[in-house]
Amino acid sequence: MSTLAAVVGVGQTHHRAKRGDVSMAGLLREAVDRALADAELTFADIDAIVIGKAPDLFEGVMMPELYLAEALGAPGKPLLRVHTAGSVGGSTAIVAASLVEAGIHERVLTVAFEKQSESNAMWALSIAVPFIMPVHAGAGGYFAPHVRSYIRRSGAPTHIGAIVAAKDRQNALKNPYAHLQNPDTTVDSVLASQMLWDPIRYDETCPSSDGACALVIASEAAVERSGITNPAWIHGTQMRSEPTTAAERDQVNPHAGREAAAALWKQAGITSPIDEIDCAEIYVPFSWFEPMWLENLGFAEQGGGWKLTEAGETAIGGRIPVNMSGGVLSSNPIGASGMLRFGEAALQVMGEAGEHQVDGARKALGHAYGGGSQFFAMWVVGADKPDH
Amino acid sequence: MTDVGTLHAPMKVEFDYTRSLGPTLSEFMTGLKRRQILGGTLSDGTVAVPPPEYDPHTYDPVTGLVPVSDEGVVQTWAWVPEPVPGQPLDRPFAFAQVVLDGADRPLLHAVAVDSADQIETGMRVRARWADETLGAITDIRWFEPLDDSPAMTPDAESGEPVTGIISPVHLAYDFAASPEESAFFRGLAEGRILGQRCPVCEKVYVPPRGACPVDGVPTTTVVEVPDTGIVTTFCIVNVPFLGQKITPPYVSAYMLLDGADIAFLHLLLGVDPADVRMGMRVKAVWKPRDEWGTTIENISHFEPTGEPDADFETYKVHL
Repeated sequence: MSTLAAVVGVGQTHHRAKRGDVSMAGLLREAVDRALADAELTFADIDAIVIGKAPDLFEGVMMPELYLAEALGAPGKPLLRVHTAGSVGGSTAIVAASLVEAGIHERVLTVAFEKQSESNAMWALSIAVPFIMPVHAGAGGYFAPHVRSYIRRSGAPTHIGAIVAAKDRQNALKNPYAHLQNPDTTVDSVLASQMLWDPIRYDETCPSSDGACALVIASEAAVERSGITNPAWIHGTQMRSEPTTAAERDQVNPHAGREAAAALWKQAGITSPIDEIDCAEIYVPFSWFEPMWLENLGFAEQGGGWKLTEAGETAIGGRIPVNMSGGVLSSNPIGASGMLRFGEAALQVMGEAGEHQVDGARKALGHAYGGGSQFFAMWVVGADKPDH
Repeated sequence: MTDVGTLHAPMKVEFDYTRSLGPTLSEFMTGLKRRQILGGTLSDGTVAVPPPEYDPHTYDPVTGLVPVSDEGVVQTWAWVPEPVPGQPLDRPFAFAQVVLDGADRPLLHAVAVDSADQIETGMRVRARWADETLGAITDIRWFEPLDDSPAMTPDAESGEPVTGIISPVHLAYDFAASPEESAFFRGLAEGRILGQRCPVCEKVYVPPRGACPVDGVPTTTVVEVPDTGIVTTFCIVNVPFLGQKITPPYVSAYMLLDGADIAFLHLLLGVDPADVRMGMRVKAVWKPRDEWGTTIENISHFEPTGEPDADFETYKVHL
């Protein structure tokens, strides 16, 4: 049997550079408690738990899900871990949704986290391997050449990345959970910040954050039995992957992302994404990925993503507001970052996004990617039940 | 190609993780610092040491820790005949589950005895405390058979609470290159650059993979390519970080060798970073032959040849 599913609870932590006052378990629990309260449920109502986080080397705890079981209310219930690098928060939510949609469970708690302050992700992503040239320099070093390729291919003016960074940092001021709260960030201040991995500047990169996000996903029947009147109905979910490198692989506009998006729009009954999607939370850890993913997702023609950004169409109030919450550029607890995109999309269609709410948002996209742009996870949520 | 075996090299991954403890474990570790063992009272009335952060039945936070004795009873044990670095003792010892007086659930720790016939279930043991305590489980160096020496009294409460611990991780790998990579690196030791061609798509992979990532078939035809090519795209690394091998700023560039269908990352020197261009013609600069090994680092770096840049149309499919 299969059923519709909806997000009925969203919880997240106040993301910070360092949460020295809590353990990993305590950090997760804050998000979980908020999601359960939002869903008007307790642990007793939960049938299964699905957890996700980025590579174990990021905190040095192997299989943390074992130690976290009590904190997640998991004893006696199925507890699964999902692992797809940076996209894991998205794919974890999708696995949880699938368990509900398949009719296996009524209510699933899903949670994702990262406590970056316990380690050094730059180190963990740049470990020198024997025989290989040690030129790797973290995620920024990996993505910067591909950003340069995008700029060359699209002919985008070089300040587009700064427009994205300034917009997302200004949006973050409307989100009390966002890590960075820098009211003075402007396009000019971003352009004046240090060039880290040319062409990526300091202010065009995401911060390193401690944080967690949790969602409660319920079946149509469970929603009807609950007091929740504004669930975020799941209209479609898609995941795709591809090799990190292959001859003539498109690193700027990856095939897997295009294919996932096309399948998602079809599944959600959407023919013109920019006209039918009211707002999007897209995984943008480096500012230039906003125009890159606008094209990959089909909101713009190839080479045209930057024009939406430049015209202000991705700001709140534009044609397709992107990262109203401040996005990954304002909070990056890596494992949680994808789920935050999915959860923030849900908050928009639930009408619960607070100051960063897009007026009248009825359909929203949540998106995540990971690895060397090789894992993609995305969903569409809506205020109404899907009618197809 | 595998007659001589694959190449191996040691690879170490080491980091001191900094853990924040949260309220429950902070109280427990602060207790250890003053030589006081604390347990958590669970919802079923039992006392667990160390206290779990959350109750396994109610899932509520475990708070209000209670003191237990540093003496107890061995419940079960396993002999460790050959200790490895980092274990509590550097001579043979037992790992044991010890139920401390006042607790109901066992603590896993070391018991110091000279041989396996000197430990048994039901034996009474007492904690041997470190001379200097830090607020970590290793403040208890080990347990040892109870003798007639007087019981220890915990120190008075004083000082700041312990809120974090350092968790050092040391992973020592024997890194093995694949047979195809091994042939590639051995070729480099002779000054040759060897790739492999996919029999289906006919793309040339440098370094060779052993299998084509697109077609999933073995790549068996060896193709030698020259040490000249172009920069497809690049970044200038200005950021220093832990473990970095090359001093920034440096240009990390994708080098597409002539005759290859995939670029690889290497270092570009001999040009002001501001003057590096996509499509720039480059050639390898090799280290002196007597410094060569089986590594890509035989090529010290690449540098521009001064030839005209490649036309964008010729390499845009490699971006």
